[in-house]
Amino acid sequence: MYTSLREAIRDAEARKISLARLALELEAKDQGRPVGEIRDALQRALDVMRGAIAQGLTGEFRSASGLVGGDAAKLLHGPPGPLAGTPFRDVLARALAVQEINAAMGVIVAAPTAGGAGVLPAVLTGLADARGLDDEQLVDALATAGLIGAVVAVRASLSGAEGGCQAETGAAAGMAAGAGTEMLGGTPAQVGHAVALAQQGTLGLVCDPLGGLVELPCVFRNATGAAIALAAIEMALAGITFAIPADEVIDTMGEIGREMDVRYRETAGGGLAATPTGRKLARERLVQIKRG
Amino acid sequence: MVSLLDIIGPVMVGPSSSHTAGACRLGLLARNLVDGTPQRARIELHGSFARTGEGHGTDKAIAGGLMGFRPDDERLRTALDIAEREGLAYTFEKTKLGDETLHPNSVRVTVERGDRQVVMLGSSLGAGRVLVSEIDGFPVEIHGAYHAIVLVAEDVKGSIARIAAILADDGLNIATLRLTRKERGGDAFMVIELDEAPDDKARDDIRALSWVRWAHRLDRVSG
Repeated sequence: MYTSLREAIRDAEARKISLARLALELEAKDQGRPVGEIRDALQRALDVMRGAIAQGLTGEFRSASGLVGGDAAKLLHGPPGPLAGTPFRDVLARALAVQEINAAMGVIVAAPTAGGAGVLPAVLTGLADARGLDDEQLVDALATAGLIGAVVAVRASLSGAEGGCQAETGAAAGMAAGAGTEMLGGTPAQVGHAVALAQQGTLGLVCDPLGGLVELPCVFRNATGAAIALAAIEMALAGITFAIPADEVIDTMGEIGREMDVRYRETAGGGLAATPTGRKLARERLVQIKRG
Repeated sequence: MVSLLDIIGPVMVGPSSSHTAGACRLGLLARNLVDGTPQRARIELHGSFARTGEGHGTDKAIAGGLMGFRPDDERLRTALDIAEREGLAYTFEKTKLGDETLHPNSVRVTVERGDRQVVMLGSSLGAGRVLVSEIDGFPVEIHGAYHAIVLVAEDVKGSIARIAAILADDGLNIATLRLTRKERGGDAFMVIELDEAPDDKARDDIRALSWVRWAHRLDRVSG
């Protein structure tokens, strides 16, 4: 797979094809499998993503500690805000839904990781359903997202323990922004700007889960990550460009991750996890898990 | 090389690719070393596995793996209850298995089935990737990305050729082969990674060699 978005965009432009097609063809070649098999695997991932969204929106699932669950349903049934009736609110609900299911030991697709698993399905299925796009277009979008994620994996990191939350929900936002932009008709160059716009908005984001558990703030970071992805898609499709190329923004994320203190890399030693309330909740709820 | 399907995947039971999916894969590998669900398992959790394992279902995931459940199997959620019904007697301990050079997500599993007992040390490296670094005191490096046969044999001349011939006869292509031993003339530990999944016949033919102490199939758990 590519290690540079610049090169991928250049090749897609030269061949006048989408990044999705470029990614699928290259993956088929790398794996020695037909494109159809890669598409089938992505379709299965899409089905699992939809399943997790549906489960989460029922509002019936709680995490092991009881700290998270039921909030996705509030966006579905709760009082309206300024975004009521827009795809935006729907996307937020779906991001919460997937991550609530993840915290409840439900089945999800780690894309790119379990902790950031809510962003991509929320943004892509939310926008596709709003526009009446079919599964074939969603599978294409997942391929584009995979290409972007592969570049981030090689140039920076996809692990909160290595790079903080910017490497999990931040990377997920970049993947969703780029894939969503292409799915809605954006050019390869616009995909690059969308990735850069989303990723710049999550630079420096720490991984500070209460008690070290993938619950709080992870569930909400997926919703805000999805919001950043939507903002990036809106800007990129409007023709807005970001002066720093996506590759260099991704490199910056890697650099910040390497410099990030270990307290902010999934250890629960700093950030929200180390607040008085964070420590208290972790203490009380972890005891509850042991009793449970 | 990073695969697109590594990024959009794996499909797994939450909440953590390292603490849940990776832990399950380590359980699956340990299960292979006794040819099935162990009757007894002592599970020693180290580092982050010890600190946050319960909240991540690491205990359920390892027990589930020992019973043959894959990372996307919803039975992982209730694996400890199932283990009690299925006759898998398990104990969990939080301990320190090494210094800071040992990965923070590490576990030592001692499994028993019939008269066979094996000790395996493994780590979950992140994003569901795993590494088995020690089996019965022999240093190994197994990522579970290939089907493999692992065996301990007396250090006899021509042993590798005999085993390679058995595998070739079964139409199996060797991807990698690693040999380690604790001392000159001592038992040799072989890890043979294969491009195809071996069947029981290949394993049994290797077991039938008089100088092979034990041999097991290690099914691929990732990749």
